[in-house]
Amino acid sequence: MVTTYVATRVARSAQRAGPVARTAAVTGRNLVAIRHSAYWLVVVSGFFEPVLYLFSIGIGVGGLIPSFTLPDGTVLSYREFVAPGMLAVSAMQGALAEVAFNFFGRLKWIKLYDAMVATPLRPFEVAVGELGWALIRGSVYSVAFLALMVALGLTTVAWAVPALFAALLTGLAFGGAGMAFSTLMRSWQDFDYLSTAMFAMFFFAGTFAPVESFPPALRVVVEWAPLTQAVELIRGLTTGRPEWSMVVNVAYLGAMAAVGLFFASRRMQKLLCP
Amino acid sequence: MLVSVRRTWRGQVLSSFVQPVLILLGMGLTVGGFVDRGGALGVPYLDYIAPGLLASTVAQIAVAESMWPVMGAFMWNRAYHGMIASPLRPVDILRGQSAYMLLRTALPAASFLLVMTAFGAVHSAWGIAVLPVGALLTGSLSGVILAYTASITSDNMFALLFRFLVIPMTLFAGVFFPVAALPLAVRWAAYVSPLWHAVELCRFATLGQPSALPVAAHVGYLLVWAVAGYELARRRFIKRLGD
Repeated sequence: MVTTYVATRVARSAQRAGPVARTAAVTGRNLVAIRHSAYWLVVVSGFFEPVLYLFSIGIGVGGLIPSFTLPDGTVLSYREFVAPGMLAVSAMQGALAEVAFNFFGRLKWIKLYDAMVATPLRPFEVAVGELGWALIRGSVYSVAFLALMVALGLTTVAWAVPALFAALLTGLAFGGAGMAFSTLMRSWQDFDYLSTAMFAMFFFAGTFAPVESFPPALRVVVEWAPLTQAVELIRGLTTGRPEWSMVVNVAYLGAMAAVGLFFASRRMQKLLCP
Repeated sequence: MLVSVRRTWRGQVLSSFVQPVLILLGMGLTVGGFVDRGGALGVPYLDYIAPGLLASTVAQIAVAESMWPVMGAFMWNRAYHGMIASPLRPVDILRGQSAYMLLRTALPAASFLLVMTAFGAVHSAWGIAVLPVGALLTGSLSGVILAYTASITSDNMFALLFRFLVIPMTLFAGVFFPVAALPLAVRWAAYVSPLWHAVELCRFATLGQPSALPVAAHVGYLLVWAVAGYELARRRFIKRLGD
């Protein structure tokens, strides 16, 4: 019933509109859905996990680390080091919760997108619209997290603004790649691969310890993991230490977003309009 | 129970053994390098968190296994209804479920203990005592959660309970850093949680460092949870399954 209601809503706005408004209708569908269920509680609760880790590992374990010297000689407090990592994690998880888990449910189980493409919406617009929603969710997390960091004195307002854009780029990159991944999934069990990758990156992608502290063989893998790129970019900004290597981080994340979105919309085309 | 595990064991090994070992090595060897330079704990950081991680892994499994699979047996595949149609009584089902839970947590705990021993994190022969402590912790948590699962009809709250009770418990009940560093209110929340008592006992067993309270007090506290939880669960199971 909800699906029918939403589909007519999407159709109505799509009839009188160009591609941008059609895409926005897909994003807007989720805003309708969030009002109707316990969904909002889940969305809100998703914010707390990285915050709890910041307090536990960043501040709690940080208390056991009197001086934290990075391999390049800079001295930080451990909590300043962990906080940007958790911001990147928050952006990643916010985006992936939508484009992977929820997206898959809508694609395979409630067949929402089948209803959508029966309207003038095209698969590419559905993909972009869903990505837009994932970004909105991610940016709410990021703004709240940055506000917390400013309140705890872990960054300044001036650096929080570019860091917010970096977090949005992170969300976009994981959103695009995650969506591509979930168009390939056969069942919920396949998401174990994604959860495992997320878990491994959460703990090892330069979040709690600098990449230099890993053994050389692992270090290469760690350095090129997507989350590491995001962590280094965001950390450079929140600690007020921009570096040229951050251009590489931006290019990496941008490419990840573009390739992911391109692949996802092609797969959607195949799955929905065979 | 055991028959159906044969089909899904890969995922279980991943989440209940591989993940904690990864956390242990990851945190212990990398972050541990920085902690050990400060020397605030008196033992290597890896050895410090290992018994805590063992207890928190057991706690997470015990809680999760008392939630979704049990809800499924009540409502989705209705396995309990099949059982109750046989001569089994509700209390037999509860006992069987609890016994499965003990087995389900004992295996990861034992394998984790082996990994700890291999990395030299077990300093005393008493280390083997983490296994009964794990069983006690399992009982103290699963009873209460089983009672809760038996009284509700929707699994909506499970994810939230996990996020707002279980995850905070594993993060703040002394697994990664001493609870003395916490603000007073949070510290008391840690004292109330069964996990903190189990962490203290496990650390006592593997490191030989004296626990915060006498061992009997920690054990007694966990026993109270286990007995009360079992009694609650017994009533709820009878109410749900009896006619």
